[in-house]
Amino acid sequence: MEIVIIILAGILIGAAVYLMLSKSLIRIIIGTAIMSHGVHLMLLTMGRLKRGSIPVLDEEVSNYSDPLPQALILTAIVIAFALTAYTLVLALRSYRELDTDNVEEMKGVPHDD
Amino acid sequence: MKHTLKKTEAGKGQKQMNDVFLQFVSKVVFFIVIMFSFNLFFAGHYTPGGGFVGGLLAASALILLLIAFDKKTMEKMIPINFRLVLTVGLLFAAGIPTLSFLFGTPFFTHQHTYVEIPIFGEVALHSAVLFDIGVFLTVAATALFIISLVGEAED
Amino acid sequence: MTTNILPLLPIMIPFFAGIIMLFVGKRPIAHRVIAAISGLLLILSALWLVVHVYQNGTIVTFLGNWAAPFGISVVIDMAAALLLTTTAIITFLTVVYSYQSIGIERETFYYYVMVMFMITGVNGAFSTGDIFNMFVFFEVFLLASYVLITLGGTKIQLQEGFKYIIVNIISSNFFVLALAYLYSVTGTLNMADINVKLEGFDGNYSIMSLVAVVFLFVFATKAGVFPLYFWLPGSYYAPPMPVLVLFGALLTKVGVYAIARTYSLFFIDNTAFTHQMLLFLALLTIVMGCIGALSYTDMKKTIIYNIIIAVGIILVGVAMMDETGMLGAFYYLIHDMIIKAALFMLVGFLIYRTGETNADRLGGLIKIHPFTGWMFFIAALALAGVPPLSGFYGKLFIVQSAFENGQHIAAIIVLASSLVVLYSIVSLFIKAFWGEEMDFNTLKPVKSGKILFASIAMVIVSIAFGLAADVLYPLFEMAAQSFYDPSSYSQYITEVE
Repeated sequence: MEIVIIILAGILIGAAVYLMLSKSLIRIIIGTAIMSHGVHLMLLTMGRLKRGSIPVLDEEVSNYSDPLPQALILTAIVIAFALTAYTLVLALRSYRELDTDNVEEMKGVPHDD
Repeated sequence: MKHTLKKTEAGKGQKQMNDVFLQFVSKVVFFIVIMFSFNLFFAGHYTPGGGFVGGLLAASALILLLIAFDKKTMEKMIPINFRLVLTVGLLFAAGIPTLSFLFGTPFFTHQHTYVEIPIFGEVALHSAVLFDIGVFLTVAATALFIISLVGEAED
Repeated sequence: MTTNILPLLPIMIPFFAGIIMLFVGKRPIAHRVIAAISGLLLILSALWLVVHVYQNGTIVTFLGNWAAPFGISVVIDMAAALLLTTTAIITFLTVVYSYQSIGIERETFYYYVMVMFMITGVNGAFSTGDIFNMFVFFEVFLLASYVLITLGGTKIQLQEGFKYIIVNIISSNFFVLALAYLYSVTGTLNMADINVKLEGFDGNYSIMSLVAVVFLFVFATKAGVFPLYFWLPGSYYAPPMPVLVLFGALLTKVGVYAIARTYSLFFIDNTAFTHQMLLFLALLTIVMGCIGALSYTDMKKTIIYNIIIAVGIILVGVAMMDETGMLGAFYYLIHDMIIKAALFMLVGFLIYRTGETNADRLGGLIKIHPFTGWMFFIAALALAGVPPLSGFYGKLFIVQSAFENGQHIAAIIVLASSLVVLYSIVSLFIKAFWGEEMDFNTLKPVKSGKILFASIAMVIVSIAFGLAADVLYPLFEMAAQSFYDPSSYSQYITEVE
């Protein structure tokens, strides 16, 4: 099971790299979002995948899943969500201001009018 | 490829016309979604759910109104200053853990107790709920804030 | 009681200040007052921490009262306490500096709020004892810095800010990946616990070398180490001066601190590979920074490249992993935070006064601003490490340690870089303050009282630090100890168990 998820994470990161290498801002942002998904999947896998009940404070429970990676992923997802939202707003803003969403045209020192 | 964000000429100066279905349905669905978000929020203590998901869902209910009507109408329907909501949320999220200093315990230490309430039976009261209210408010206000920022008409 | 509250003060004060400012709304004057007061409170609490740590040793608090390896712990050793103090001083003076330089427009749009949230993140990253928590605080200050770098929305800010954001998002993703690897190897995220577990482990460590490379990739991107500093000069050039002061003085240094922490606590077994790699990259960083610093006459660019040189020099000390090297690295880290802030402030004053960033177009300013000019000169000497001033001790220890460890080339490169630094910064001084007089009518009549107050106060802090270096030696010895002797850092975990 782990190997499948790891390959899936690899595919996601590969797709993310492809998107991030393109020239459009929106594609780059989607690329970073997909990359974060791949990384989160990897983090989940590293805590071992197994079916188990929720971890409760009970010493009789023997088959429980590791709660830590889940908590970490939740935090990381929230952060990735905030980042994606902010970059989207920024992309819109810079599209209006710079009149381009092509990173090829975003070099040199632009002058404010 | 060069310009994926094409400036749309359509929709400019074009007032929203007959969105009767959308407007009527969204008025009803709004309450359903809001109730579900509260449900998720309160369920979050022992089962999946919690402040973050609840907050997102509450924001999505408001965004539904935003889509069906426009910003002015929504602000008239729900006259809340969302910057203030965001601040109150942050204050809850940061202040409640700090209050634990008053009990001489480390930051973020929560207290909980069980109370007997007539109809509901035994109910768990947990100070983490107050913290979660903060998360709920912050997430809802932030999500709404960002969406309305992106969705603003070009001016 | 104090162990509960005290370690969290540097995190809570700026956060609550930010919240209060949000409550107040768009009233810049109130924001100024709150920001300055919280800056002062930060300095007081950080000094209290230094005293407390000096008297009672490392101070630990467990969030939520969860015992150490399971919950998040906030650990403030002397290193963290000193860094917090420096951060607090820089914050306060930068806030004062911003009054007359950032512009009322940005102040209205929650500039001070973002500064305070960024300081929350920076202080948190310095004081946390949990590697995942460090990631969270990294994200806190990075998010605030994304807002700060684009606040105002001029074209260059949006353009360069976007590159900055993308680079940092990618490296943050790799941070999560590195944490995933680390967790799968050690099964814990508490830094002290990882150290204890790895020291007690007598199996094959080769996987840890891989984790070391991923961690170095992450922190090198944030700190601006050799192959990954490409984003730094362009992005730091874009924001207005006060933001640049904060970025240049604090953000790269958090990356350096994280490298020092992880490389002293986690990657202790295969130092022949990990620390040699670190040394190699650090030396290349110095060389590349020198080339950059020599090739610009633009004042901002020159000092930005000097950040890169300083990062390299600190990392040389870290890579030595012995007492002298760490001591030197730590002296130099604190020195560099202070002096970079001072230099950026002084250069900012020149830029606001003349409207020029290129030193070639300035000249003869010593006639109008003699005191500022000589302060700039002193700051330049301190940056290069001329003996009585603060840069000297750090470099001395680093070079000494490099010779002791047989790394003669490293020592020579560090020494040679001082010459380059001296040349690059003094040539700025000569061009701007001496030489042919520029047309003084083009000077802008800006109000500069508070700008000058902050810049000169920063230089005086640097001078005082240099002169008091001997008195402060016991503190720095304590600080360096938790790096070269990681068990002194991680002993609190064994006490808990």
